[in-house]
Amino acid sequence: MNLAATLHLPVVLRWRWVWLAPSTLFVAVIAGTAIGETAIPLETILKVLANRLWGAEHVVDRIDAGIIWNYRLSRAILAACCGAGLALSGVVLQALLRNPLADPFLMGISAGASTGAVAVTIAGLGAGAVTLSLGAFAGAGLAFSLVVLLARAAGSGTGGGRSAQAAGAIILAGIAGSQLFNALTAFIIAKSANAEQARGIMFWLMGNLSGVRWDDVTLGLPAALGGLLVCLWHRRALDAFTFGADSAASMGIAVRRVRAILIAVMALVTATMVSMVGAIGFVGLVIPHAMRFLVGNRHTRLIPASALAGAVFLIGADIVSRVIVPGQVLPIGVVTALVGAPAFAVILIRGTRTR
Amino acid sequence: MRLTAEGVGWTIHGHKLLDDVSLGIAPGETFGLIGPNGSGKTTLLRVLAGLQRPKRGRVLLDDRPMQAMPQRDIARSIAFVEQQADTHERIGAREVVELGRTPFLSPLRPWTEQDDKIVHRALEDVGMLPLAERLWHTLSGGERQRVQIARALAQQPRILLLDEPTNHLDIRHQLSILRLVKQLPVTVVIALHDLNQAMDCERIGVMEAGRLVDLGTPEQVLTAARLRRTFGVQADILEDPVDRSRIMRFRCAL
Repeated sequence: MNLAATLHLPVVLRWRWVWLAPSTLFVAVIAGTAIGETAIPLETILKVLANRLWGAEHVVDRIDAGIIWNYRLSRAILAACCGAGLALSGVVLQALLRNPLADPFLMGISAGASTGAVAVTIAGLGAGAVTLSLGAFAGAGLAFSLVVLLARAAGSGTGGGRSAQAAGAIILAGIAGSQLFNALTAFIIAKSANAEQARGIMFWLMGNLSGVRWDDVTLGLPAALGGLLVCLWHRRALDAFTFGADSAASMGIAVRRVRAILIAVMALVTATMVSMVGAIGFVGLVIPHAMRFLVGNRHTRLIPASALAGAVFLIGADIVSRVIVPGQVLPIGVVTALVGAPAFAVILIRGTRTR
Repeated sequence: MRLTAEGVGWTIHGHKLLDDVSLGIAPGETFGLIGPNGSGKTTLLRVLAGLQRPKRGRVLLDDRPMQAMPQRDIARSIAFVEQQADTHERIGAREVVELGRTPFLSPLRPWTEQDDKIVHRALEDVGMLPLAERLWHTLSGGERQRVQIARALAQQPRILLLDEPTNHLDIRHQLSILRLVKQLPVTVVIALHDLNQAMDCERIGVMEAGRLVDLGTPEQVLTAARLRRTFGVQADILEDPVDRSRIMRFRCAL
């Protein structure tokens, strides 16, 4: 049951978004490149793109070309990758755990990443040889492993097999793990940070896309595309979880294997994104719900729709974060939360009203 | 296709949920599983469905040990209907039934017209075709159970396992679900609470504290002595004046 089906659109029209998707993404990336403190005309952007991609030889201002290629374009593309990756993680976790409040940070990833980040920047772990991103990634990995171990221990205590308990164990373990790592972060900040450092960390935790370069894109793009492919490959398995893990198993899904693969891959994607741009909230929670409302529950449509919407949404949020306060860049997480929270409320209210 | 349990055992925290259960289900029969709450009916069904590996003994599908079979192969032969399946998703009845085709699909084997026909047929078999476009959460308990049975039928199973499918249903829906199950051209193993409903099965197994304590036709098994011993009730066997069938009337045992 989805919008297109209820409107009885012909099949051709329903599939129109398939080629609409790349064009929407392209427009969003161009908008992300054009809009900023100094607005750059569309023509200049297209010329720079032509120069770089096809070796065309348009004459463009060198500074403009530098801003477009080295700062804005890489930033817009990474924003798209992060948005897509976080939205996909949300889709997968909500489906597997059958909990509408599941989001990519449920498994302690953002808490672990922040602990890793403050351990490196404030406590001086690694003596300068370790970057903030690497520290955050390691912290995320550590927290995730701990949560999984905890979930397994708690799950086996209840007999393991029963799906509801297993999903519940994961969620509780995630909460416990997150609390632990948040406490560690607070401890490190309280013990050794000065006010300036604490503010810098706060800023990073809320999400920060400035400082993004092509290096980050070469990491973020494969992560997002890889995540998308893994999700699409398992789309029918995700559908089969509609009535829970037992029901999925009775329909031939190797529940433990599929759950392990999908959660591990999504944790990896999320940790990669968080280590580059910080913990951007609400994308992974709101986008999947919004897309369920628009295209329905079947993952064949939900997965690509969520990836696209997440990508476009985060590019948009990045633009807003750059222009809303003149001369100052807001943390992007502030924007996603300010837009996401009311949007979520609207979805909830309309969703229950149509029942 | 023959489903066999050989000395199946299952324990949790040293508590025996299944204890040395051996059972052979013949192709085409309707087999009823009865027993008091907590006697192991559901656990046995889950083990037979391949959802739970037995900790002792083994389950065979024809001559193949189920432990060695991929979940997908099991699902192509055996379908399982849970006591109560529910979802928060906004999903239509037809879409639920379409899930039953999962074991036959893969990323490289897409949905075909044949799958559409099987889903249509399954909806028709349970009489849910008129409600196929309704949303799951708008359906009544009996309709939901029918949709779940249709979902199981869409798996085109040889063996259908049902865990107390009439639970929480009013009497009319209970009877219609049972009539539906009886008409299905597949082997059925069904756990039942209502002992009079179990009379319609070809064979009955009685579970008591994790053990299969009795096995046979309803007339052989459902005796006053057995009911007093296993269920702790006093039963009087009466004859229905309409069709001469046996009915049981229960009283608290003195």
